[in-house]
Amino acid sequence: MNPSLPPVDPLRLDVRNLSTFFDTDEGLIRSVADVSFSIRAGRTTALVGESGSGKSVTSLTLMRLLSRTASTQVSGQALFTDRAGSTVDLLDLKALPEPAMRRIRGNEIAMIFQEPMTSLNPVFTVGEQIAESVRLHLGLDRAAALAHARRMLELVEIPAAAQRLHEYPHQLSGGMRQRVMIALAMACNPTLLIADEPTTALDVTIQAQILELMRRLQRETGMSILFITHNLGVVAHHADEVAVMYAGRIVESAPVRCLFASPRHPYTQGLLACLPAQQRKRELAAGAMAGVDGKRRLYAIRGQVSSPLAPPPGCAFEPRCDQARPACRDAMPALLSAGPARAARCILVAENLFDATDSA
Amino acid sequence: MTFGFPLILKKMFRRRIVLAAAICLLVVVVMSLLANVITPYDPNDTAVSQRLSAPTASHVMGTDELGRDLFARIAFGGRYSLTIAVLTAIGSIVFGTLFGLTAGFFRRLDAPVMRVVDAMMSFPDILLAIALVAILGPSMLNVVLALVLVYTPRVARVVRASTLVVRELLFVEAARAVGVSTPRILWRHILPNLMSPILVQASFIFAYAILAEAALSFLGVGVPPEIPTWGTMVAGSQQYAHQALWIVLFPGLAIILTALSLQLLGDGVRDLLDPRLKKSM
Amino acid sequence: MTIPLIEVRSLHRYFGAPAKPVRAVDDVSFTIQPGETLGLVGESGSGKSTIGRTLLRLIESSSGQVLYRGEDLGAASASRMRTLRSKLQMIFQDPYASLNPKMRVKDILGEALEVHGLAKGRDAREQRIAELLELVGLRPEHASRFPHEFSGGQRQRIGVARALAVEPEFIVADEPLSALDVSIQAQVVNLLCDLRDRLSLTMLFISHDLDVVEYLCHRVVVLYLGRVMEVGPTVALFGQPLHPYTQALLAASPKPDPEHKSEYAPLRGDMPSPVNPPSGCVFRTRCPHAIDACSTERPALRDMGQGRFKACIRDDIPQVATAQERYTP
Repeated sequence: MNPSLPPVDPLRLDVRNLSTFFDTDEGLIRSVADVSFSIRAGRTTALVGESGSGKSVTSLTLMRLLSRTASTQVSGQALFTDRAGSTVDLLDLKALPEPAMRRIRGNEIAMIFQEPMTSLNPVFTVGEQIAESVRLHLGLDRAAALAHARRMLELVEIPAAAQRLHEYPHQLSGGMRQRVMIALAMACNPTLLIADEPTTALDVTIQAQILELMRRLQRETGMSILFITHNLGVVAHHADEVAVMYAGRIVESAPVRCLFASPRHPYTQGLLACLPAQQRKRELAAGAMAGVDGKRRLYAIRGQVSSPLAPPPGCAFEPRCDQARPACRDAMPALLSAGPARAARCILVAENLFDATDSA
Repeated sequence: MTFGFPLILKKMFRRRIVLAAAICLLVVVVMSLLANVITPYDPNDTAVSQRLSAPTASHVMGTDELGRDLFARIAFGGRYSLTIAVLTAIGSIVFGTLFGLTAGFFRRLDAPVMRVVDAMMSFPDILLAIALVAILGPSMLNVVLALVLVYTPRVARVVRASTLVVRELLFVEAARAVGVSTPRILWRHILPNLMSPILVQASFIFAYAILAEAALSFLGVGVPPEIPTWGTMVAGSQQYAHQALWIVLFPGLAIILTALSLQLLGDGVRDLLDPRLKKSM
Repeated sequence: MTIPLIEVRSLHRYFGAPAKPVRAVDDVSFTIQPGETLGLVGESGSGKSTIGRTLLRLIESSSGQVLYRGEDLGAASASRMRTLRSKLQMIFQDPYASLNPKMRVKDILGEALEVHGLAKGRDAREQRIAELLELVGLRPEHASRFPHEFSGGQRQRIGVARALAVEPEFIVADEPLSALDVSIQAQVVNLLCDLRDRLSLTMLFISHDLDVVEYLCHRVVVLYLGRVMEVGPTVALFGQPLHPYTQALLAASPKPDPEHKSEYAPLRGDMPSPVNPPSGCVFRTRCPHAIDACSTERPALRDMGQGRFKACIRDDIPQVATAQERYTP
């Protein structure tokens, strides 16, 4: 399956062997282990995973928003190329001390979160919050900053922007607040937007609006997006590349069409197979729908994620894998190439013996 | 992964100062309990010939104005001071929880109960205690009663606030959906989930009670002067303080150290319980 | 035609000031037949959760009736209601909050048994608890643990066990999957299907996830701002949605298939305020097919035949392509 990719764009973010460990009273938690992925300029990479996969910790580590206590250990590199073209390692504390990092945060790299209510400061008006970021990074005075803030609100299609500028977060609906978050993020024309589950807390019809907005902004500004989510439907239509995470590691990465057409890793296969929409497709392909009372079962991945304090000896997914073999317990499989621009962390890939369960 | 008791202690004592406070308190409690074992002297034995003598090998903390061994008095005095504090804490918690739970859970009773509580709180603590002891007469029981009256409203407020929160939690609604009766909901669902704020309050009241009793006794409206609490010791000996500093220093230190240890321990308990609460919910 | 197990007649639930109330549920009526699973779908503000709670009298309705086997639940005394609670149970949305963190699993389940006088005596109770745990896919030794020792999916199973402990006929499942991971959702869906078949349960399945509703439910009620927009059998409703809002909902949920490009433009605007709903049809402010007549009168729920109802005055709405593609392999 070789989708026609456009000519290769330059890399905006190149993450290499990122690891984040937390030393807690109960033991060492390997929240993120050996994670590598990249995002090209103007494209969207989705980081997909369920709870415990480490996807949120990954984004917080990249933005250096984790509390730097003695018990947090971060290693690896995150090479970011800014709009001027110079590359810097976000995790290098010496080359990029905190004041320099602050110039990047909100300016070159912006982040939006899942819960817009708690991400916006309730005691400041919407306009003031956007203006603050602008004044900090672009050095504008108050009047110019507010005018810019208004332009941002119009950019994200908030009606009556001039009036909204003076409203407080609690006066806006969930969808509006998320638009404000996006306006805040876009205020300094970032080259990379990290969106951590931006639509999970929103209604389906509002989600569709926000996703379309993000797509339009990407087209107009050429920014890259790191989209963190667990929703495969969103990934299918709004991502170019996908990296699937499980228990802190990348288990598969591929261009989006390839991933959905022929997932290589058993976890990805399971994730796609257990969707009710897939069940419907299977039944239709088999001839007819079984009906609500018919004898049917959704495919379900058995068991649950292992505790981070008691990881399995070899492959993290092995206890739940239908295709596991004894060799899977011996060691954590390496991330191997599984085709052009594809990789999967499974010994079946090495042996080219993957189960050809297409999700169709 | 179950709650391990050693794990709890390890977390709580991660801050050295909390560990120090716990040890200090333990020392005080043990000292008071084993008072008759660790000192050969009787706290009320006067020996006028040896009055106001500085600390020596035979009298580790010296003697007071009537020649009584100070260490013995502090050790035995600890029993009285600690007993008053414990009884006060228990009394305040019981009544405060009763008021707070009622006000927090039953909407219609909220306003009337809290008005009573507000009335109780509008008196400055010491004045209220003084007034009560003056009316009822000086005795250990009356001091306890007065202090309970002073601290109950504070507990009631905290318990009410927590009840308001817990009342709205999903598992309470789930219990109602199952058909659980109201008294049972209060006893099995609401009350156990109030334990964290209650425990924290208890540790602070314990500390305040030590100080309050000392203050009252110092002012002469606490326990009768014959009973050797730390407060009465400071009160009785204050006129000789310029001659023999140790006779107010040691009881004073006992008060400060005990109250401080309790405060720090209370902090430790609160820090321990808060993140746990968030994690387990 | 059998007597419906549950019948809801003109249910209203208002909150707040009587002068300007929040109309959380605004004249909702539907029935549920024995053995049926009815889906209640809608977005935030649709009133679906409120309806679920009102059905079990966890919230009192402002007006209207809820009938269980013909008996008016609103008129039941406190003790009668307690008895009825053994027949009408609920599974809650948040598995992390719906179990008392201070109670062990056996106490949580045991309490349900005790309240209704089931499995008396220690041995009988222990055995029944072990049975219930196995019924939901857990093990008897889990009984002595606390909720925080379990994962989200397991906690939800415990919640299901609690609901089943009293041997109910009817279960309201209030978004039971929303807080769970996708892979765990499939497990719980299978569990609900199994239990439904084995115990002949009637269910009201409240959800915003259309794919799961389509899989589990016989019929669906679509709500918007406290009002019913459309009712119909699942396949018919999803394959050929009659109401513009249903069409919008179906088109808006992204399909996990990059090859399926949706041409449907997302719905404009926000949900209107429930304190100040639009006149006439509440959906008209966002409806791509709204006409002047939509603002004058509130559309009645019209019988379109074959068990289908819609609250829309227009009959000439074109079908949406993505809906039709749903049932084409």
